[in-house]
Amino acid sequence: MLDGIMMGLTTALSFQNLAMVVAGCLLGTFIGMLPGLGPMSIIAIMIPVAIKIGDPSAALILLAGVYYGAIFGGSTSSILINAPGVAGTVASSFDGYPMARQGKAGKALTVAAVSSFAGGTVGAILLMGFAPALSSVALLFHSAEYFALMVVGLSAIAAFAGTGKVVKALMMTVIGLILATVGESALFNAPRFTMGLSDLQSGFSFITLAMALFALPEALYLVLDPARGPAGGTDGEIKDLRITKEEAKQIAPVIARQSIQGFLIGVMPGAGATIASFLGYAVERNIAKGAEQAEFGKGSIKGLAAPETANNAACTGSFVPLLTLGIPGSGTTAILLGALIALNVSPGPRLMIDNPSIFWAVIISMYVGNLVLLILNLPLIPYIAKLLMIPRNYLIPFILFFTMVGAYIGQNNATELLILVGLGVFATILRFADYPLAPLLIGFILGGMLEDNFARAVNLTDGLEFMVQRPMTLGLLVLGVVLIFLPAYRRRRAKALQKGVAQGD
Amino acid sequence: MTLDKWIAVFFLLLCIVYGYASFTYPLLPFERNMAFLPNTMPMVLSVVGAFLALLILLMPSPKPDGEGDVLGNIDVASLRKYKIGPALALIAAMILYALALRPVGFLAATALFLVGTGWILGERKLHVMVPVALVGAGSVWFLVHEMLGIFLRPLPGWLS
Repeated sequence: MLDGIMMGLTTALSFQNLAMVVAGCLLGTFIGMLPGLGPMSIIAIMIPVAIKIGDPSAALILLAGVYYGAIFGGSTSSILINAPGVAGTVASSFDGYPMARQGKAGKALTVAAVSSFAGGTVGAILLMGFAPALSSVALLFHSAEYFALMVVGLSAIAAFAGTGKVVKALMMTVIGLILATVGESALFNAPRFTMGLSDLQSGFSFITLAMALFALPEALYLVLDPARGPAGGTDGEIKDLRITKEEAKQIAPVIARQSIQGFLIGVMPGAGATIASFLGYAVERNIAKGAEQAEFGKGSIKGLAAPETANNAACTGSFVPLLTLGIPGSGTTAILLGALIALNVSPGPRLMIDNPSIFWAVIISMYVGNLVLLILNLPLIPYIAKLLMIPRNYLIPFILFFTMVGAYIGQNNATELLILVGLGVFATILRFADYPLAPLLIGFILGGMLEDNFARAVNLTDGLEFMVQRPMTLGLLVLGVVLIFLPAYRRRRAKALQKGVAQGD
Repeated sequence: MTLDKWIAVFFLLLCIVYGYASFTYPLLPFERNMAFLPNTMPMVLSVVGAFLALLILLMPSPKPDGEGDVLGNIDVASLRKYKIGPALALIAAMILYALALRPVGFLAATALFLVGTGWILGERKLHVMVPVALVGAGSVWFLVHEMLGIFLRPLPGWLS
């Protein structure tokens, strides 16, 4: 293995390849900031460039740089303007945007950069050590377990069910699941609930929904209530860029736990960064105690570090099935698989034996990509955060414009924009009435996968027996239910205790 | 009745319509014998959704928790304090933009949208706003169309 690492290092650290990784990171970061252009589309666009390079190692290093850059760029837009462009960064906006509103945009971006770096790096180390062993675990997961895993992912909604809002949060989740059923039906892909509109045949697009639920109401709020001011605070100063010692102590265990958990979820084909980030958020919220737990959703530094670490670790984890079995576990790895094949490399069990230099170059390039990204972006953060200081008469039109362009370029369809505006107005009204919006989006994202896997599992066993027959499924389902109801139970107990104390007096 | 109850009524109606559509869903002949049907989950969802909507409708509204939450926290009771006019104008501008994007072309529609929304928000320095809008529209078009190769018609339909 040491030989392999050395081989990878010599390839990755040549001048040409370092230039590639720097160019890739910068390009990925800046393009990824535009909502609607996630890592998947940017990598797809870069493939012709990569193929022109010819050398598979150099091409992969460029793509790895673009990949990590795009993930970081996506987090930037969800933290600064509450516009998550990729499903994997939705959870980052839950606490990242409130932090930016409290004037801690710089710190939020630093936390995001550092935890992404840690997640990616730990992921790369685990990938080096355990790739062959983990690939067999990935195959243990069947549709029944995937279904259960989605249920556990849905439990992240519990975090948004504040006092007395449990029913509302559940209601919004159901609405999200309902929206996810519009389009093509499970298993047979016949149009379902499209009301005869061909524009709805592919369903609602994620990006439209994310912009309508998060970015648009926020922009409208800024107009409705000018006193609110844009994120970044009224004084316009970007304060506390650095993470203090106490904060570092707070997030260190979160990062350690989530790098491993995120990586393991990423290993399972199909689960990916989105579930990893939601689960990471839910788990950390349940582990946190008292005041720290109440902070979640209101600008908790832990609540930002958890999904950021988990989604990067999961991205790295998704390379395990790709490199060892030739199975792409996510959209991005599927595109990378295409790039590899175009470069005359066939991933699979024999890759490590036939082309060890490429195998190790990929792993080392991930590590280098992460490191270069951190070095490049930390000095850039104050400038990126300054975007918020643009006067609101300019900022708001541009936020509206970016959300609309993001929805438009995904589908190239003007109907999508009308859906965006309609849903955006509805979401604004929902926020007036104190309905939490995040559960709707979580339900929508997980709904499709939930139904597909449930359908497969039910049809395979011809009933619901699979839930009790498979111990792993049962275990995951129980965990999901516990995660949903534990917070409510804890709150009730805390209240009862408080009352008891009062009576004692 | 407060706003959140009215929304619950809306959700209830939505679930009833959705439930009707899913219980009468036209199944294909070969689908009928399967354990899981394309309308299985919609049927469950409509029932659960209707139940939850009723629950919200019938339960007493929770008292506001006092601690201002960082995001929402707009008071419906004092709705008149808020600037509803400009917000409605912005929504209208977005709808116009959506309808004009194809016929007018990306560059002109975007520049007009940016200047128009800026004007609605009270920006009167056109000598700054117009160049900013043109540069913004042009650079996004260049990035998306020229560099990334995603088609965006730059000029009006009859010109390109």
